[in-house]
Amino acid sequence: MTEKVRIAQLSCGPEYSGVQKEINDAAAMVDAEVFFPDIMLDDVREGFESFGLDVRSPDLKLAIGRAKALVDGKIDADAVFIATCFRCAEAAIVRNELRRYIHENSSLPVVSYSFTERTTAGTLLTRMEALTTIARRRALLAREEQEGITMGIDSGSSTTKAVVMKDNEIVGTGWLPTTEVLKSAEGVVDLALAEAGLALNDIQAIGTTGYGRYLVGKHFNAQLVQEELTVNSKGAVYLADRQHGPATVIDIGGMDNKAITVQDGIPGMFTMGGICAGASGRFLEMTAKRLGIDITELGPLAMKGMGDKVPMNSYCIVFGTQSLVNALAEGSAREDVAAAACHSVAEQVFEQQLQEVDIKEPVIMVGGTSLIQGLVYAMGQLLQTEVVVPHHSQYIGAVGCALLASGFVKGE
Amino acid sequence: MAKVFIYPATSLILSDMVARFGHEPLGSAIGIRERIQTPGFESPPLQITPEEPKKGLKWAAVEVPSGVRGRMAVYGPLIEAAEAAVIVRDPEFAFGCMGCARTNELILFHLRNKGFPVLELDYPTSDNEGVAFVAAIREFLGGLPKEGSP
Repeated sequence: MTEKVRIAQLSCGPEYSGVQKEINDAAAMVDAEVFFPDIMLDDVREGFESFGLDVRSPDLKLAIGRAKALVDGKIDADAVFIATCFRCAEAAIVRNELRRYIHENSSLPVVSYSFTERTTAGTLLTRMEALTTIARRRALLAREEQEGITMGIDSGSSTTKAVVMKDNEIVGTGWLPTTEVLKSAEGVVDLALAEAGLALNDIQAIGTTGYGRYLVGKHFNAQLVQEELTVNSKGAVYLADRQHGPATVIDIGGMDNKAITVQDGIPGMFTMGGICAGASGRFLEMTAKRLGIDITELGPLAMKGMGDKVPMNSYCIVFGTQSLVNALAEGSAREDVAAAACHSVAEQVFEQQLQEVDIKEPVIMVGGTSLIQGLVYAMGQLLQTEVVVPHHSQYIGAVGCALLASGFVKGE
Repeated sequence: MAKVFIYPATSLILSDMVARFGHEPLGSAIGIRERIQTPGFESPPLQITPEEPKKGLKWAAVEVPSGVRGRMAVYGPLIEAAEAAVIVRDPEFAFGCMGCARTNELILFHLRNKGFPVLELDYPTSDNEGVAFVAAIREFLGGLPKEGSP
């Protein structure tokens, strides 16, 4: 592998959308470089003809030809980034099929993204970081046991979590809503240390993840600052004791959702995003508030209701809230409204994101929303499978960080 | 001399034929040259910024993919400036290809609805067809006014 991670770009439209610079900038931020695989015209023709998807767009034909060249080993790359225009049906088909094709026929980590002209490097950063981590840090991701005394801090968009681990066990936890990023982080660190009966000096290595990872990582001198895609998938298979073989990790977060297929603890395909906050933990928080209950009561309440009694718009948080208010005004039972809200969130994640990854059992749900029983039930119903929720699932990012940070305990 | 939009707009052969028969070809080379030579823009390789898709709104609505609107920002002004068009249907890759099928459909739609002279030809697949192809283009271009309209 080259020193800089070389990410092959397969795309249609980013130059004309004005977002190519954003893609390049995001790659540069994680010390990677994006390049367009150079192939001959005959390879394009042969590539897309043998692939069998007869698309009209020449740029998509070129993308297919380049994908074939990557899989055939004609092009040297460490990872693949597939990017096409949001809303283009033809590109969506190609994007999905190429991601699947590369995933199944090569060991290259691959991520895809549908961009608009408003896509920024910041939006792409987590995905690029995950790609480079998988390409660069396979040895670290192979770690199966936590050693020494380490701490993981997950500075998420809604909540901040910390975990102290000692000799492969969780000995302290802290959880607070995210207000001021550093203040919340200091708060959860204090809570976790108090529960563990340890001082900050006792911690041998610290890892941070989540939206505030860089700021918090700098503040605590963390050895590992890592995006949540790889950290969460590692934490999930560790806690669910499924470190070997396939798994699918679903994390419905406060701001966005992650769906990750994992093989032996290493992420393969992943999607991150969501069309609207209608498919996020934030919508469930709003639902709980409107129902006059604590978020912790929403899951049990939903389990008593019938979601299909209340139609709910799952594609937009505003319209979803409108459906919720209308349903209550028409006299719907609170239980049914709670169940409909859970079903609505699960449905959008299922329709918008889970179609883009190949679901492999076991399906592991993590993050704070995995504690909402009604949501887990709705997801299980949609996927027609039993969903695993491991212990400490709400601390998944922090646990993943603490586990991976132990790779730095002895200067590894 | 008439301004003749060529399709596919990347075709150097078509561009050359239009120029050779006394008219001004309007193709992607012109539109893209502006985006490469304009200093200050930083989006490689075409130096297109998110402003282009906004300009593209004139030809493609907001729900149309951004890449289509960005491309239309390049091709739209050329179509507007054009006084005639030569369209080659189903061209071979090497003849000049344009990246997005949806953009291509929109460009052809605009050209056919401009109300100016349009020559539509199938891409030739044999020598004889090739000769007839060139002859048809020459005849079409020969019939266009030598002076551009104001």
